[in-house]
Amino acid sequence: MCLVEAEQGGRPFPKPVPACATPVGAGMKVLTRSPKAIDAQQGTMEFLLINHPLDCPICDQGGECELQDVAMGYGGDVSRFSERKRVVKDEDLGPLIATDMTRCIHCTRCVRFGAEIAGVRELGATGRGEDMRIGTFVAHTVSHELSGNIIDLCPVGALTSKPYRFTARAWELTDADSIAPHDGVGSNIRLHVRGGRVMRVHPRDNEAVNETWISDRDRFSYAGLNADDRLTAPMIKTDGVWREVEWHEALTLVAERLKAADASRMGWLMAPNATLEELYLAQRIARGLGCANIDHRLRQQDFSGDAADPMLPWLGLPIADLETREAILLIGSEIRQEQPLLAHRIRKAALEGATIACVNPLTLALTHPARQLVGTPAQMVADLAAIAKALGAKASGMLKTLIGSAKPDDAHQAIADALRAAGEKSTGALLLGALATAHPDYVLLKALAYRIGELSGAVVGFLPAAANSVGAHLAGAVPHGLPGGRATETKGLGLGVMLSAPPSTLVLWGLEPDRDLIDPARAMAMCEAADLLIACSAFRSPSLDAVADVLLPIGSFAETSGTFVNAGGLWQRFQGAVAPPGEARPGWKVLRVLGNLLDLPGFEYRDAAQVRDELAALCSDAALDNAPRGDYPAVSSGTTAGLMRLGTVPIYALDPLVRRAPALQRTPVQGAAFGVYLHPEQAHGDGLFADQTVLIIQNGHEVEANVFLDDAIAMGCARIPAAVTGSGRLGAQIGPIEIRPWFGETGSEAG
Amino acid sequence: MVPNQNSVCFRNMHLDASTRHTLDAYRSLGGYVQWEKILRERPDPADIIEEIKLSALRGRGGAGFPTGLKWSFMPRTVPGQKYIVCNSDEGEPGTCKDRDILRYNPHQLIEGMAIAGYCIGATVGYNYIRGEFYEPIQRCEEAIREAYAAGLLGKDIQGSGVDFDLFNHLGAGAYICGEETALLESIEGKKGQPRFKPPFPAQVGLYGRPTTINNTESLASIPVILEKGGKWFLEQGRPNNGGPKLFSVTGHVARPDNFEVPLGTPFRALLELAGGMKDGRRLKAVIPGGSSVPVVPGDVMMDVDMDYDSIAKAGSMLGSGAVIVIAEGTCMVKVLHNLSHFYMHESCGQCTPCREGTGWLERVLRRILDGKGRPGDLDLLDSVAGRIGGRTICALGDAAAMPVQSFLKHYRHEFEHLIEHGQSMAA
Amino acid sequence: MSFRNAPLAVIHDRDKSTLFTAEIREQIDVWIAKYPAEWKQSAVMPALTIVQDANGGWLTPELMNDVAAYLDMPEVSVYEVATFYGMYDLEPQGRHKVCVCNSVSCLLLGSAELIEHVEHKYDVRLGETTADGRFTFKEVECLGACRHAPAVLVDKTYHENLSPQALDKLIDELE
Ligand SMILES: Cc1cc2nc3c(=O)[nH]c(=O)nc-3n(C[C@H](O)[C@H](O)[C@H](O)COP(=O)(O)O)c2cc1C
Ligand code: SF4
Ligand code: FES
Repeated sequence: MCLVEAEQGGRPFPKPVPACATPVGAGMKVLTRSPKAIDAQQGTMEFLLINHPLDCPICDQGGECELQDVAMGYGGDVSRFSERKRVVKDEDLGPLIATDMTRCIHCTRCVRFGAEIAGVRELGATGRGEDMRIGTFVAHTVSHELSGNIIDLCPVGALTSKPYRFTARAWELTDADSIAPHDGVGSNIRLHVRGGRVMRVHPRDNEAVNETWISDRDRFSYAGLNADDRLTAPMIKTDGVWREVEWHEALTLVAERLKAADASRMGWLMAPNATLEELYLAQRIARGLGCANIDHRLRQQDFSGDAADPMLPWLGLPIADLETREAILLIGSEIRQEQPLLAHRIRKAALEGATIACVNPLTLALTHPARQLVGTPAQMVADLAAIAKALGAKASGMLKTLIGSAKPDDAHQAIADALRAAGEKSTGALLLGALATAHPDYVLLKALAYRIGELSGAVVGFLPAAANSVGAHLAGAVPHGLPGGRATETKGLGLGVMLSAPPSTLVLWGLEPDRDLIDPARAMAMCEAADLLIACSAFRSPSLDAVADVLLPIGSFAETSGTFVNAGGLWQRFQGAVAPPGEARPGWKVLRVLGNLLDLPGFEYRDAAQVRDELAALCSDAALDNAPRGDYPAVSSGTTAGLMRLGTVPIYALDPLVRRAPALQRTPVQGAAFGVYLHPEQAHGDGLFADQTVLIIQNGHEVEANVFLDDAIAMGCARIPAAVTGSGRLGAQIGPIEIRPWFGETGSEAG
Repeated sequence: MVPNQNSVCFRNMHLDASTRHTLDAYRSLGGYVQWEKILRERPDPADIIEEIKLSALRGRGGAGFPTGLKWSFMPRTVPGQKYIVCNSDEGEPGTCKDRDILRYNPHQLIEGMAIAGYCIGATVGYNYIRGEFYEPIQRCEEAIREAYAAGLLGKDIQGSGVDFDLFNHLGAGAYICGEETALLESIEGKKGQPRFKPPFPAQVGLYGRPTTINNTESLASIPVILEKGGKWFLEQGRPNNGGPKLFSVTGHVARPDNFEVPLGTPFRALLELAGGMKDGRRLKAVIPGGSSVPVVPGDVMMDVDMDYDSIAKAGSMLGSGAVIVIAEGTCMVKVLHNLSHFYMHESCGQCTPCREGTGWLERVLRRILDGKGRPGDLDLLDSVAGRIGGRTICALGDAAAMPVQSFLKHYRHEFEHLIEHGQSMAA
Repeated sequence: MSFRNAPLAVIHDRDKSTLFTAEIREQIDVWIAKYPAEWKQSAVMPALTIVQDANGGWLTPELMNDVAAYLDMPEVSVYEVATFYGMYDLEPQGRHKVCVCNSVSCLLLGSAELIEHVEHKYDVRLGETTADGRFTFKEVECLGACRHAPAVLVDKTYHENLSPQALDKLIDELE
């Protein structure tokens, strides 16, 4: 369709050339509307249409179909083709992508997306000539975390969104710009809305953030908005019985109880994908009540480095700069699951020749070359120490023993060399991910990362846990920091302390205690111990039902205006696109009213923008900065013996919204189903086998599960996913466990 | 006048058929003398290329591009791996000459490839042989083994410092892999889909490296050109049409065969070499350069000489030198349908006009053959062909279009008859 | 269609020494050695041919997956190759393959009659296998043997200048 007439240096090309594939040259002349060019374009159009079904009225792409558009411009009125049209059998590509391959015009964009962007060739063009077919050939689900983008790439209705299919026509939709609420990228998205419902999500171009892509998580999670268990009215529990109440009643009660509560024994836990406005107002209320016990670092276990931690941690560099790095060391990160589009940027760097290395407790399935060091959590520490030593770190100071006992091998040396070489050009980076954050010795990982950074010149960066983790620090949703990253005089208590010394009053914001906290068993115990538990949530969930006293329904993603600050420190505002269901209200409004009821000064906000502007003013001289504020204490938690649990959070279990998106839940992801994933040799050594039922024993809690074999898992470890059904009674995401064969309730020896 | 025969690629045809493909037999005709001379004297490659240019050797694969000129495009002195690739994927209907070079004279091809490699700075060569050529493949494998054993290939050959490794690569049944960039894709382990040019293979070729691709016959001609001189070769043929060429004369002739005769030999003489028309039938039409080129009516052809320029003047092309002779009484609709079926079957599927258009042409022709033609069909065929030709990445689109247009031009009445009466005029 | 000029290598977690047989691996390795080290996938065509020959003349998805694993290729790339080239068969074949050239030079000298004859006499259509499994009957494009048209490829041997009777004889001699 893009055939044009062209000439170069006065010499015409002998035939029309495809504009999209012809390299430009100096002095090239291109005629896009010459009779020859138009004739060629019309010719191609006719060929494209002869075998294309004219089923626009029932096609999901109707109204936004590139072929339909060009056919209007170039096509003839009457088809000259009177032979039989081609009919193609469909394949099932899984729960996300619907196919109607008879409509395929063989542009192969989807195939090239796999090869060039995703780095996994899931789709292919098999056969040749007019028998060419696009598909997986041997039917299987397309499961790459970016694969939904082929829906946008497909110019016709051959690949469409399965969840959206047949639910609306393009022209019935209005759109609203928004920001994706899951990972730290903050992908720019467009919500398509009809009748107060988000019908689908598309990417918006932003080269600095998500380019033209979005992850499947960002694309399909909207379905969770319509979950059956949406919380649609305020509720109060009396004597174990829930009852719906008016907002006024609920908030008055809450205000009274908060006022009466002992502020020093109060705790606030905020979801890291709450908006900047919500986080800021929540900490204002908490601090206004005299309580500095607020935290959003829900999946962190080791807080012993708080005093040295940077006040405003971030990625350490703009997102787009990742692809220009020449050496990247990932520390404790399942990057493709945690931050799909950052993984894509890293892949781009790798394809440009960057050295990518990982220190992880499991081998990642990456789509580019990488040097992966895989070992137990303790081994991760040792590996970092060895890299530091290979860079010339001296065995002195806090890290003396660690570095002293490190034994760098060739791999450590190679990583060290690559980091140093890149560091000299300021193109090295060390990135700490979710598995580092959850590590029992996070402090050691950080201390060593900073040492490696110093010695190699690589920047140290943090992969944010969620869409607004960076913003939560800016908003002051941490016990040691005020808005703008100013240190508090009196440090409040963080999640770590709350878990071991439960507050008597708890406020939970946007989270489910048995899923979203590092240690569900202790989290539930903490919640149960509270005299008063107020949960602000978009969803009802069994765990909240069990432990809360008051439930306040707040708007979820797309139902509130707000701001997220992404990994690269970019503030991105968005408006609410639909109203929250029932009596639910945007969170910032709930907090505003609560502030008023509490008689706290300065709670007369007109709109969310005003809240944001107030915070922005407080942040005017705040710079995101990963420099530590002091030395990290090199004290190990000492959890090295025995089998270690790896409580990875599967990509589609990250937060309450995505856990409720049905299509994503049906998408197979390695390691997402609850169970015990063991390296085959580990299993063999422990006398365990695949599909066997075992008992997981963690901190005295016992949970039954099945064994899966997975040679990606480090020896000495068992992947037991967190945040999924079944994991809610277990302990810390990373920590010692015991696995025992389970013979059923009778305890018979059979089997 | 009987033309001079078998002086270049077939110069060994007079030898004992059971051994003429061996190294010894090839040596007995002066084989590898040129290669060993190069190894000894290390001449400036530019001088050899000049000699090839002087010979006016034009590519024997179909396009007739001057071989010397093609070699001069290679960034010879730029460091890094470069490749010479031989196109032995012979698949153009009517063409069966390369198979005989591979079977009967494989060493001459090896020597030609080695010399070409030296000239363009390539130390590795691949000979892409079509997969069905079981016997020729065996012969080529054996010949390469012999050449290695005799110290004619490998690293630092005969202490000259020159490296040249040669491998056969086998096709697996796809005509399109004869197209040079599809062939490169195929060697890279992919589907044989042509690449868009530019960049040309001389810049970005096999494995992304500068590459020259030549036809089997082109490369096998090289040793003789060096032995006898570019001028000698040129004088065998005509100006701008150097040398003898292999013609595969097939179809309705008494003795179909390959003939190596000088370019410029009158078609009449070539037909005579092939024993004239089969069973004394009258000549109806000739496709003079393989199935992809326009058909020429017999009476016109009788006065055409077999060289690139003369055939072009007659409205067709010399192509691969496959001369398909068609006698009176043959249904031209059937012949064209056969050709169209071929292109539909062999389209790689990449370009829309070719993928969709070749099938359209075939179906309309099938319908006409089945007696279900309609009045507008011929204009439709002509127009569809016109919308394929010149609008595709590779020349297969043109190859599919040209026969249609030329058959309709010269034999329109036969098509009309069939549409009108539901049966063939020839029947 | 070239996806940049780089092989898209994927590492399969399968032990290569368990794939195929030792002889087959050895044969494939000969081909791998012909190409640059990072271009193992160049050996995909010969590898498929070798594997197909060893499997009674056809390829199963499992075998294609094995080839992908052996050459560190994406599986779908192997399917693409196997479905693009005419010499790979993805369905069970007869004990022999009888392939009649039906391109123009052969057509002029009677290939259509050959096809009709075989279809009739052995009750087998193009693309089908005889009821006794003796041979699969195929039409192929120009075999490059046009000067001795009509040409027929029986397994790996060319037979030229064939009359229906001569073809009969050939077929009758097949096991
Ligand atoms: C569809 C198509 C098929 C071709 N088939 C062959 C072939 O079988 N053998 C060949 O030598 N050239 C073939 N060619 C021509 C090659 O692309 C290329 O021009 C030739 O190999 C160059 O060699 P030469 O310059 O020595 O002729 C074909 C071209 C096209 C477009
Ligand atoms: S013209 Fe046909 S064969 Fe050539 S590249 Fe295009 S689709 Fe393939
Ligand atoms: S046409 Fe049949 S072998 Fe060439």
